[in-house]
Amino acid sequence: MSELLRVENLSVAFRTRGGIVRALETVSFSIARGETVALVGESGSGKSVTAYAAMGILDPAGQVTGGRIVFDGIDLTEASEREIEDLRGREMSMIFQNPRAALNPIRRIGTQIADVLLRHGNIRRADAPAEAVRLLAQVGIPDPARRSRAYPFELSGGMCQRVMIAIALACAPSLLIADEPTTGLDVTTQAVAMDLVRDLARERQMATLLITHDLALASEYCDRVVVMHAGHVVESGPVAELLAAPRHPYTARLLAATPRPGIALGDLAAIPGELPDLRRAAAGVCRFAGRCDRRRDDCAGSLPPIPPGPLHDAACWNPL
Amino acid sequence: MTALLDVINLQKIYPVGGGGKARGQLHAVDDVSFSIAPGETVGLVGESGCGKSTLVRLLARLHDPTAGAIHFGDTDLAGMKARGFARRPERAAIQMVFQDAGESINPRYTAFEAIAAPLRRLRGLRGTALQQRVEELADATGIPRALLGRFPHQLSGGQKARVGIARAIAVEPRLLILDEPTAALDVSVQVVILKLLMDLRQRLGLSYLFVSHDINVVRLICDRVIVMYLGKIVEQGPTAEVLGRPAHPYTRALLSAVPELTLEPPGPRPRLGGEPRSPINPDPKVCRFFGRCPDGRPACADSMPRLSPVGPGHLAACHFA
Ligand SMILES: Nc1ncnc2c1ncn2[C@@H]1O[C@H](COP(=O)(O)OP(=O)(O)OP(=O)(O)O)[C@@H](O)[C@H]1O
Ligand SMILES: Nc1ncnc2c1ncn2[C@@H]1O[C@H](COP(=O)(O)OP(=O)(O)OP(=O)(O)O)[C@@H](O)[C@H]1O
Ligand code: SF4
Ligand SMILES: [Mg+2]
Ligand SMILES: [Mg+2]
Repeated sequence: MSELLRVENLSVAFRTRGGIVRALETVSFSIARGETVALVGESGSGKSVTAYAAMGILDPAGQVTGGRIVFDGIDLTEASEREIEDLRGREMSMIFQNPRAALNPIRRIGTQIADVLLRHGNIRRADAPAEAVRLLAQVGIPDPARRSRAYPFELSGGMCQRVMIAIALACAPSLLIADEPTTGLDVTTQAVAMDLVRDLARERQMATLLITHDLALASEYCDRVVVMHAGHVVESGPVAELLAAPRHPYTARLLAATPRPGIALGDLAAIPGELPDLRRAAAGVCRFAGRCDRRRDDCAGSLPPIPPGPLHDAACWNPL
Repeated sequence: MTALLDVINLQKIYPVGGGGKARGQLHAVDDVSFSIAPGETVGLVGESGCGKSTLVRLLARLHDPTAGAIHFGDTDLAGMKARGFARRPERAAIQMVFQDAGESINPRYTAFEAIAAPLRRLRGLRGTALQQRVEELADATGIPRALLGRFPHQLSGGQKARVGIARAIAVEPRLLILDEPTAALDVSVQVVILKLLMDLRQRLGLSYLFVSHDINVVRLICDRVIVMYLGKIVEQGPTAEVLGRPAHPYTRALLSAVPELTLEPPGPRPRLGGEPRSPINPDPKVCRFFGRCPDGRPACADSMPRLSPVGPGHLAACHFA
């Protein structure tokens, strides 16, 4: 499989009043064409920052302080704003967590889809409305011609999310980044939306980066998993292998805290401690050490790197 | 065992429509009956908008029901007006913990003040007695005393959830209603909060009504489960029964949509397409799930299925269950 996105030693820092937040440190992973990769980890681990950096939409307070993001052979950290603007929306697009907030409340949804098509697609103005209706039908919206004239508030949360998917897929991107796309949706609606993304991805050989808290969701829909903790990639590998035999103590702890059939409350265990303060974290060493029960003296040494790629790897001095 | 809470034919209808004239009746909770035994944990599940929050707000007497009875111990709460209920002694016996603890705690209150408020209002505690009781509650819920002076924005999600629980158990309720108390928490913090709840249940003999979207969490802590669909209970029974042998087509669709932590790629699973029917002026003769139901037949539009036994303590409302 050929590589589409390669994130290499990416570091991102935010300037805040309380000091510099080292949100990402030497993050590396890759996604091949047509592959679905999950990015998992606790709240605050850096999943969204990774996605925003890849899309070139970091908050102005944030800065890429090191590393590269290579998309289809183009180094985005060197590319001009125009080049990135052109890729974004056409070649790579993103679905955000809150679909209603991401849609323009005073524009009809069909018009919003047409806008995207006209901005990025090869389409005549006269054909855009019909194409928008076709896209709504494709994401399973009943009565798409009528619905294309609706405003976002007239649609349920599940339908808004499908509209977001339709917009994200309007220009047939080769990479879709979905940041917690189903948070706030019912599981029944989540299943329909995720099936839809998976089926469209298969049909078009589209690569997907699925950001989620939910290991079960990752296990059902993804080929590989990248686990983040406190701004580091701590483990990555093929989904079945990583879940069956996690190597990083953090991944093992995360699994041991996840409710699932056949496991009683007494069998579940919380992860000790809390995420370290990213303003004070020492550079280049394991950020899980303060919470880890497998820690040894050499854990204070510089972190074993995880190279981007499909192999199963853990950034740990004493892996399981 | 006599029930702690006995809800009979409870109904809440909201008038909807513009211009001051009600043009429709939105059946948010429709003819709902169930009971909760002392010490029991009952889960309440169902999709967004099915009426879970409306139901628990009726029970906590934050809203007035349109019809029906709420027997709690020896009193019928349904007859008491929501207005003024806050000052009645029964108020203390049913307490609620809301989904986003951060939002339900006043941002200008310290953790201490948040826990102290119901003690002042309902128990009249002041001074050292108040101080002692708040510290006792902080200890019981695992809040370090040093954090009591902090404001909500200075607390983590898990700490805020603990404050919400400490505040709710402060006046020694017999029933605690939890509306998605762990939905905003990471799995690791969720484990801690669930264990705390189970520990408190045992020590204080509490009953819980636990509203959740997460079937895997319901499975962990609930003795019984109630499944709602568009204002009605469509299935209820012991957790193992309902989750292991779901009798209603909606429950089956719900369970098959729950992602599983699997090592093998999952096989094809039935999906629930379409949208629910409108809750406004629903036809009293048509099953609320008809039209979306994979098993629906013409009979389903001729008469409303009633909750009937399908197993020990297990009821379902489907003509073909
Ligand atoms: N604009 C910003 N200014 C300062 N710090 C920020 C900013 N955006 C993110 N951060 C910090 O970067 C870290 C990673 O945040 P990020 O939003 O990527 O987490 P996440 O893994 O997406 O979490 P969640 O699961 O809650 O969405 C956090 O410590 C966060 O506080
Ligand atoms: N004050 C109100 N006026 C009119 N309709 C209302 C009101 N409150 C709730 N509803 C309606 O009652 C129905 C039930 O809503 P409710 O909030 O109880 O659902 P829920 O099951 O708690 O959903 P969620 O899982 O999204 O919290 C919905 O159709 C809702 O729109
Ligand atoms: S009564 Fe009919 S429509 Fe209703 S749930 Fe059963 S099979 Fe489906
Ligand atoms: Mg995020
Ligand atoms: Mg609700």
